[in-house]
Amino acid sequence: MAFYDSMFSTLGLQDWCGITKQDGPMTMAQLLAKNKTASEADTSLWDMPFPSLDNLHAACNSIPRTRDMTNGVEQFFLSIKSSLQFVLDPLTQPLSWLLDGAIWLFVATPWWLLISLTIFAVYSVTRTKGAPLLVAITWLFLAFIDHYTYAVQTMAIIFICTGLSVIIGVPIGIAMSKYDRLQKSAIPVLDMLQTLPTFVYLIPLIFLFSVTESKLYGIAIILYAIVPVVRLTDLGIRLVDQDIIEAANAFGMTARQKLLNVELPLALPTIMAGVNQTIMMSLAMVVIASLVSAPGLGVLVLRGINNLELGVGLVSGFCIVILAILLDRVSKAALARVDVSHNNH
Amino acid sequence: MTKATKVSIKQLYKIFGSDPQTALEFAKQGVEKNELMEQHNHVMGLKDINVDMKDGDITVIMGLSGSGKSTLIRHFNRLIEPTDGQILIDGVDVMTLSDDELRKMRQTDMSMVFQKFALLPHKTVLENAGTALRVRGISAKEADAEAIKWLARVGLAGFEEHYPSQLSGGMQQRVGIARALTSNATVMLMDEAFSALDPLIRTDMQDLLLELQKELHKTIIFISHDLDEALKLADHLVILKDGEVIQQGEPQEILLNPSDPYIEDFVSDINRARVLRVRSVMQPLSDSSIKTAGQVDHNDTLESVISHSDGDTTKVYQVMEGQQAIGTICMKDLVRALVPRAPSDDGIRTQTDAA
Ligand SMILES: Nc1ncnc2c1ncn2[C@@H]1O[C@H](COP(=O)(O)OP(=O)(O)OP(=O)(O)O)[C@@H](O)[C@H]1O
Ligand SMILES: [Mg+2]
Repeated sequence: MAFYDSMFSTLGLQDWCGITKQDGPMTMAQLLAKNKTASEADTSLWDMPFPSLDNLHAACNSIPRTRDMTNGVEQFFLSIKSSLQFVLDPLTQPLSWLLDGAIWLFVATPWWLLISLTIFAVYSVTRTKGAPLLVAITWLFLAFIDHYTYAVQTMAIIFICTGLSVIIGVPIGIAMSKYDRLQKSAIPVLDMLQTLPTFVYLIPLIFLFSVTESKLYGIAIILYAIVPVVRLTDLGIRLVDQDIIEAANAFGMTARQKLLNVELPLALPTIMAGVNQTIMMSLAMVVIASLVSAPGLGVLVLRGINNLELGVGLVSGFCIVILAILLDRVSKAALARVDVSHNNH
Repeated sequence: MTKATKVSIKQLYKIFGSDPQTALEFAKQGVEKNELMEQHNHVMGLKDINVDMKDGDITVIMGLSGSGKSTLIRHFNRLIEPTDGQILIDGVDVMTLSDDELRKMRQTDMSMVFQKFALLPHKTVLENAGTALRVRGISAKEADAEAIKWLARVGLAGFEEHYPSQLSGGMQQRVGIARALTSNATVMLMDEAFSALDPLIRTDMQDLLLELQKELHKTIIFISHDLDEALKLADHLVILKDGEVIQQGEPQEILLNPSDPYIEDFVSDINRARVLRVRSVMQPLSDSSIKTAGQVDHNDTLESVISHSDGDTTKVYQVMEGQQAIGTICMKDLVRALVPRAPSDDGIRTQTDAA
């Protein structure tokens, strides 16, 4: 006898509930209950169990158990899987190529060439001496302790994912700044993407794509890292001095002229702040993505955890910290340069 | 010589709020501004404005903060849409223009100078000055040539490659003026263009504007909350209060015959001797037998006549326009004109200040 039996009988629902016909896997509670002798129905209020699905099911078979519900969700996903795959697979295939190609290219480039190229690139972006120096020291250190290839793989993934985040995120941000309705509906989605625990991203993706494909982690990283650049593009454009917008209107600029000559240049410092955050978030995610076969330093961390190789885990963790500092400094130096050219030339 | 009307505003209403059309009906029935606010929760921005602006004139729109000056000037190029009424430019109703035509109009027929300069911080002075031409799709080379010319005209030759943030406020506003002039539009809108500048620079800029105007003959609509500035610049003065025009006309005329206690109070602080001209106070030529102590020009200020007379109030001067005598001015009338019609301690402003 279950606690809620009397409730269903008073409601006259015995017929609907039907005779017990168990199917589906048993829950742990049921297994335990099996061993107990059927005790007399205790109807005291003190012992009333919460009317959860499982407890109600005990009294009435027509009510599904929680287990059935999770099963249902799973079935639902499986049923839409093939159609989703049909659409998403070809659409996201270029991402796999991009990631594989970039990793291959970065690794295949001789170390001295890659190091000099990055130093040069960093110099031309930041126009400072400090940032390229930091890059040089970091690279040489990583190479010296034989973590170079892993670090390069991580960098290649970050490079592609950040690039795509900017290419996709900036237009979304612009659209959000122009249409209040879009902004209202996009913000909850962005909030969700930002607050979902990073592991949860991987679950539906594993369903859809095979774990060996690069796009799996690519999508996970981009979904996670695109949020700040979208948000800050929207914010940056909305914060552009209204007097200047008014002047642009007064001189008869078209929407396009206004966007390219006024709004984007003035929002650029804010957008760059978003890009900085996007880079940092892709780095955070690329480590977790090693769970789904993303190469790079994350693999070493994972090995440290799986095999209890304390040293491997700690050193690679340290390398990730250095990379994070490096990426942060370089992108901030680039941001500072953008800021300066706006304010005190 | 009567000038053609260049810009004309007819029965213009602007009401801010969720349902301006309904509120408009109340406003037209004579509901006052504060009543409209309290009972219908709408802000009366402008009420039944009728102003004609003549070709080649400087029309100054003056009023205290919140009187609707900025709202009004933004109607000329439809940066703000009116709730009701007509805005005619060369006889064409701006409200009938399509988006494209409106943009064309803003590009070619009207330019604007802003209180906070509103220059593009990431563009050089040269690029800023050429904005209007670049927007029209004119080549950078042509735009630069034109911009260089106007920058030199406002005294900024040599600063072309600077960025706005490297210039002082006065210089930035010169760029703003050069930007407006480069567009070669006939109508220039200036919203408190000199209010952000300190007094000496402001006087310089006013002189610059008058000097440019002498040769360019633009139709300038100038917003100001400073009566001295308004009197110095205006050919036609419009006084706004709470979104309504309470008096408009020739500045001297308003000064001598204020139609409203609000204006009386406004004008009572002015140094009238410096602002009033002989022509506004003189008597037309009638009795040529009166002995005159000398000749003064009809455009002289009363101040200069006083210094002429050494303070002798019995003298009478002959007023000349060019070589021709057009009237006489006796010092007694002159002194009388120096006293405002209502004393300033009447307390109207003190009341409004306290409110
Ligand atoms: N978008 C708006 N919504 C509601 N009320 C407005 C809006 N814009 C202006 N107003 C109101 O209209 C009135 C006139 O404002 P406006 O800015 O034209 O004044 P102003 O004469 O230019 O004052 P200031 O000298 O301070 O610039 C004010 O009472 C203001 O509160
Ligand atoms: Mg204003």
